[in-house]
Amino acid sequence: MENYTLKINGESHQVTAEEDMPLLWALRDLLGMKGTKFGCGQALCGACTVLVGGEAIRSCSLPVSAVGDQEVVTIEGLSENGDHPLQSAWIEHVVPQCGYCQSGQIMNAVALLQRNANPSDQEIETAMAGNLCRCGTYNRIKEAIKTASSKL
Amino acid sequence: MRPTFPFFKPKEETDSSKIFKPSRRDFLKLSALASGGVFLGISFQCSGPKGEDRIFAPNAYLSIDKNNLITLIAHRSEMGTGIRTSLPMIIADELGADWSKVKIVQADGDEDKYGDQNTDGSYSVRMFYEPMRRAGATARHMLLMAASQKWKVAMDECHTENGKVHHPDSGKSINFGDLISDVQKMEIPRSEDVILKPFGDYKLIGKDIPIYDVKDIATGKAVFGADVDLDNIKIAVVSRSPVVGGKVVSVNDSAALAVNGVEKIVKIEGAGLPAGLDQPLEGIAVIATNTWAAIKGRKALEIEWDLGENQGYDSADQLKEMLESTKNSGKVRRERGQIEEATKSTTTNIERTYELPYYAHATIEPPAAVAHFTNGKCEVWAPTQHPQWARGAVASALGIEVADVTMHVTLLGGGFGRKSKPDFVVEAAILSKETGSPVRVQWTREDDLHHDFYHAHSAQRIKASLDSSKKLIAWNHHTVFPAIGATSNPAEVHPSDGELGLGCVDFPYDVPNIRIETHESKAHTRIGWLRSVSNIHHSYAINCMMDEIAEARGIDPVNHALEMLGEDRNLSFKEELDGDFSNYGESIEEYPWETGRMKAVIQRVAQEAGWGQNLGGNKAMGFACQKSFLTYVACIVVVEKGGDGKIKVSDVHYSVDCGIAVNTDRIRSQFEGGAQFAHGLATSSAITFKNGVVEQHNFDSYLIARMPEAPKRIHVHIVESMEKPTGVGEPPVPPYAPASANAVYKLTGKRHYKLPFSI
Repeated sequence: MENYTLKINGESHQVTAEEDMPLLWALRDLLGMKGTKFGCGQALCGACTVLVGGEAIRSCSLPVSAVGDQEVVTIEGLSENGDHPLQSAWIEHVVPQCGYCQSGQIMNAVALLQRNANPSDQEIETAMAGNLCRCGTYNRIKEAIKTASSKL
Repeated sequence: MRPTFPFFKPKEETDSSKIFKPSRRDFLKLSALASGGVFLGISFQCSGPKGEDRIFAPNAYLSIDKNNLITLIAHRSEMGTGIRTSLPMIIADELGADWSKVKIVQADGDEDKYGDQNTDGSYSVRMFYEPMRRAGATARHMLLMAASQKWKVAMDECHTENGKVHHPDSGKSINFGDLISDVQKMEIPRSEDVILKPFGDYKLIGKDIPIYDVKDIATGKAVFGADVDLDNIKIAVVSRSPVVGGKVVSVNDSAALAVNGVEKIVKIEGAGLPAGLDQPLEGIAVIATNTWAAIKGRKALEIEWDLGENQGYDSADQLKEMLESTKNSGKVRRERGQIEEATKSTTTNIERTYELPYYAHATIEPPAAVAHFTNGKCEVWAPTQHPQWARGAVASALGIEVADVTMHVTLLGGGFGRKSKPDFVVEAAILSKETGSPVRVQWTREDDLHHDFYHAHSAQRIKASLDSSKKLIAWNHHTVFPAIGATSNPAEVHPSDGELGLGCVDFPYDVPNIRIETHESKAHTRIGWLRSVSNIHHSYAINCMMDEIAEARGIDPVNHALEMLGEDRNLSFKEELDGDFSNYGESIEEYPWETGRMKAVIQRVAQEAGWGQNLGGNKAMGFACQKSFLTYVACIVVVEKGGDGKIKVSDVHYSVDCGIAVNTDRIRSQFEGGAQFAHGLATSSAITFKNGVVEQHNFDSYLIARMPEAPKRIHVHIVESMEKPTGVGEPPVPPYAPASANAVYKLTGKRHYKLPFSI
């Protein structure tokens, strides 16, 4: 077991964990931050997506020992009042059905808009290809990303 | 020991037709609950819960407190259909509440209090539209009476709006909360005295109403099964028998126990065979302080299994045998006319076979549940579609009374039928009892795909015969698939009446000679129900075949369907069936099969999609229609070949007649998602077994639609109707795959007889 200091949503958190524990379980089990979801454990579905050093990362496959001093942003830290342009667009388009994958979808979309503020349909599809939604909200996700992009 | 359920009697457990059937008893019970208990003859005290005198709670579904807070109870499980919004908004609309201020609380599993909570079969709106209206209207009636007495004016001069009673003539108004002490003294009105609002007065019903939880979801605050946290909670990850029916012979757990964080190893006694629909598989649970330790601990287990009689099972071999069996005469389930006589002189015979694989539900939230057993009682938090079944199964497994199990229902991260089954909830309860700690059982994706209750694989053969004038005069449909009931009762070797009523024996077309036959097959795994159930394979075969018949007759497929449906009339299948026609649990008199309504959705979708227009060489349309769960749906899929030669689905048009449309936005969202769900079934998903073991492990081998290949635009055309409302959770799925296959044929000239097909 090792001690790690994680910078999450602008705050420092101490955790004691095995070095191979994925960031996902450190967030959920050790820090009680349940907004980031477990879907596949193999970086195949995107439900666990968070930002690490500004990049969209599948937290189920990133060992906590590899985070270092990079800033981690989770859905809980995306905005103070739940009004990040993507969150507002998600609400405006009533994107979610069951909602389980949506934290990961939003965090992945944040990273997309950070590197490409005005993505085309095809760029959105390519960027979001790693995020599964079994309820099938893909077209509303696309519309919400475009709405948010127009307001950034 | 055979578990007894509060809900499924042992016979019903083995008869899958009953699983989908809400009973009249339940309906009466919930009507009584909604109106305050008139049917049950309960005398009313209008005080709130536990003698609370500041709350007005005239029935189980709503309460109003003195501060004007209106609390509505969502008693059906939310798995993405929007039901947690759509039923409470019916109450709010009748009541005249301010929707922006109501609070929605999820009910615990409690059949006596709330009536049926089995969220399945697309019947929440169908079953509860009237009771929810009545729940709201009863409270409104009492508030109006109280205000009018206070003001000494006629009750019919008053109305409710935005949480107040208004008397326009005098300009007076009063908050609901200020009438609490008055209504508490009143008796619940008789059901016949409560007048429901005319449809035109509704402000929520029939509109686009956003889901209640949308902001919580977008901010990560929504609570799903695995998100429930308790002090000192332990996490369990279970190694289950890789083959259904397997048993543990021996375990070496020393390496597992050496993993940091692993505390205990517990054996879960499995059902063996038959596996049943509500019992855990045999397994070894690793109990740890965190999920990662439990996962690592499980990896370190060495288990010797007696894999039992399914260890040689090969699904490809079985499917081959099933297909072969359809060449023979089977058990006749529907008969019309004289098919042998009629086919003696036919000039054109078309014979086709269809094969569909097993499908897994693959909810993005894998099964997970939390249980805390203390002092002979168990408190459970679970993403369950069927809280009562889960409650009963937990009680039975722990040997305690149902009343000693509290079943809290969290949000479900997808359900599709998987989370009807309480096996994973029972695991959490058993492990909490064994360890004396609160336990969360966490399934991994591999667990989910390996140990599902699968949609059955199927083989079908259809022989259609045309006479010399190219009239379709004979339809002979053979279908074979392991029955859901076989999971509990191996003697059930034919599909049940209930399963055949899902798109097979209710073949609606006007053909003078019909024979529908089934063949034997056994369940070598756990068979369950997946979004639209047997409609998936039946709709695929029938709609693809109808497309071929239309072609052989030289008739446009849409015109062909309209012609074959015949005159507007109500169909009844009973007299031609050997067995019952379940009609989704409703009487055929109350919910007839109306050819006119089906023709109307077909005409609408053809018009909206621009059917028949010249699309050029790189685009084509395909058509299919399917009534399921009493909702009429027609579907046109448009496929397009891109510059790279790849085919994509550019547009999907649905027309739907679900009677009164309660929440139009959620109806559209169910169709949008249903198309994506079905796109995976049609083009990429399949579960196969080798040596009794599932060959797919995660989303790299069990493929579901991803955004790049997902249908691009989905247009949902809702028919305006004042017919009784019916559900929309499942009906989008059945017509999509055949419509897309028919479109692909138009574009490429290749027909697909086996799912999944790659496009």
